[in-house]
Amino acid sequence: MRPRAKTNSPSGSAGVAEREEKDQIDADELREEHEHRKQEQRKHIEEVDNETLLRMLYQMILIRRFEEKAAEAYTLGKIGGFCHLYIGQEAVAVGTLSALRPDDYALTSYRDHGHALVMGISPDEVMAELFGKIGGCSKGKGGSMHLFDADKHFLGGHAIVGGQIPLATGIAFATKYRDTDQVTLCYFGEAAVNQGAFHESLNMAQLWKLPCIYVCENNQYGMGTSLARAMSQSNVAEKACSYDIASEFVDGMDVLAVRAATERAIERARTDYLPSLLEVRTYRFMGHSMSDPGHYRTRAEIERYQERDPIKVFGNSLREKNVLDDAGLKEIEDRVRAEVERAVKFADSSPEPAPEELYTDIYATPIKQ
Amino acid sequence: MAVMTMREALNQAMREEMQRDESVFLLGEEVAEYQGAYKVSKGLLEEFGGKRVIDSPITELGFAGLGVGAAMVGLRPVIEFMTFNFSILATDQIINSAAKMRYMSGGQFKIPIVFRGPNGSAFQVSSQHSQALESWYAHFPGLKVVMPSTPADAKGLLKSAIRDDDPVIFMEQERMYGIKGEVPEGEDFLVPLGVADVKREGKDATIIARSMTVPLALKAAEELEKQGVSVEVVDPRTIRPLDIETIINSVKKTNRVVIAEESHAFCGVAAEISAQIMERAFDYLDAPVLRVSGADVPMPYAKNLERLALPDVERIVKAVREVAYLD
Repeated sequence: MRPRAKTNSPSGSAGVAEREEKDQIDADELREEHEHRKQEQRKHIEEVDNETLLRMLYQMILIRRFEEKAAEAYTLGKIGGFCHLYIGQEAVAVGTLSALRPDDYALTSYRDHGHALVMGISPDEVMAELFGKIGGCSKGKGGSMHLFDADKHFLGGHAIVGGQIPLATGIAFATKYRDTDQVTLCYFGEAAVNQGAFHESLNMAQLWKLPCIYVCENNQYGMGTSLARAMSQSNVAEKACSYDIASEFVDGMDVLAVRAATERAIERARTDYLPSLLEVRTYRFMGHSMSDPGHYRTRAEIERYQERDPIKVFGNSLREKNVLDDAGLKEIEDRVRAEVERAVKFADSSPEPAPEELYTDIYATPIKQ
Repeated sequence: MAVMTMREALNQAMREEMQRDESVFLLGEEVAEYQGAYKVSKGLLEEFGGKRVIDSPITELGFAGLGVGAAMVGLRPVIEFMTFNFSILATDQIINSAAKMRYMSGGQFKIPIVFRGPNGSAFQVSSQHSQALESWYAHFPGLKVVMPSTPADAKGLLKSAIRDDDPVIFMEQERMYGIKGEVPEGEDFLVPLGVADVKREGKDATIIARSMTVPLALKAAEELEKQGVSVEVVDPRTIRPLDIETIINSVKKTNRVVIAEESHAFCGVAAEISAQIMERAFDYLDAPVLRVSGADVPMPYAKNLERLALPDVERIVKAVREVAYLD
């Protein structure tokens, strides 16, 4: 069961009032879906150990609070350029990455703070990168959109829509070339699905049986353009059929559903070198970037998704199953607050890159001229 | 020394490097079963098998990006473009991924990848299959751009490119695959990247030529010698990084410069070299630097028009006489 995709408007220019009406139709389905998913999540809880469950909740809260602080720092002018927040989508990174082994690989688009944190880059280094400081995970040269940590197998942070998809396919190619059973997780938004890079990559991945898991984080808007206005056939998961690839539609507001689907995809990748496509339906609560006024969607639509806030939903499920109580939640919140505060302090005090850094890291083997 | 064609020299370079290092693989359109559109990869599938010599679908952006990803985690891909005309589809991955990955990650990744194939004009294939793209790639820090003009250079430079830890754009020339030359033997024969070669010494004028214009420049030099003009021919071999010292030394010696190239003049490599000569050796110049470039038009199909669009010996001779104030 899944919410029906909004009908396409041929003119592609439905007004806010018209969209409001369509939103209402979707809202009923979403509520029904929500209730169904809530029950599903309760069932899933028993399949995962408590330590993992609490770690997942902690990671989701860490992303949320980290980004709230980043938004604040952006308005204070401490962060420049673009800053794309992940708030609302936390269940996707946390659910998928909770199923990964430390030697597996992950890479994503420019909306990368959440994935970077879950892959183990410290909040200090991520915040310092956003601040453009030498203590950042990319030495202040990449910024918000280019977080990297080779040792933790987080390979970016890529800012051309869809650019990371062929790269991930190549990483999967390399792991298979070396006969390992590592898998590669590749994240992208649904807007990237319209890029040739997506189709070229899926074709090669199945042709050569590469252990890559393509995770489409369908937050339903490519910047300010809704899915219905951009995709002639808006069922992303079905596109896998064109390449004979296994695919699943997943509720991205349910962290355990995301984890379970990822586990199934990982199994296919590890044992048979088979790629998968997961369409994870999610929603970003904030604008496309910090400079987005958000005129293209209604307040009501955002609020309806906020009712399904993945952190709230998961927290409630954990309480109901007695995995979490008020004291436990407070402990997590306190720990996260301290970490985020420390990250800001670290980023504030980390020096700017020295002027000499302008000309380093261009070549691995520079040729002096 | 063995005498072989450019095609054979390139083939030998890949074979030796694949024998030397398991992490080197060749991927591109028709490189395996077809033995290469220009037969540069002849016999490699048989020797190394389908795991390391891989026929790709026609999907340039995809397989270029796949190569960069594989290089990020330590493989050493050789990506063949059937021609560099088709690399235009892959420029996002070459420029935005390969060239910038090291910098924007603060130095965390090496990208040891070679993109190779024929560049420049071919025989009567019209506008989309006949163009020189070196100035595009040379524009970007993070890339190295190599253009050999002899079989020996082709072999030595390709081996160096495969061993190099940075992305290298290795531009061959379709018209030159059949030319023959002596190639030093031995697996250890390497030509370093970033080092120009004086292909002929002279004292009255310098012709700076690359790829296909090197043999033209050498013929022009012979012709000019008969006319009493001693010409030096400098082949940079690597466009980025450019061995400007060797060029400047030649300018200081001859005081007159012609730059011959197949590509369009506008924003081209000759324009860059002229600017650097002006900046570093202005006082040594006895005449303005002249360029002999491809015509500023898309390449035509008709044989007579195609000939008019390309640099030739006659135009190079004329330009040298002009900078020497002989006409």
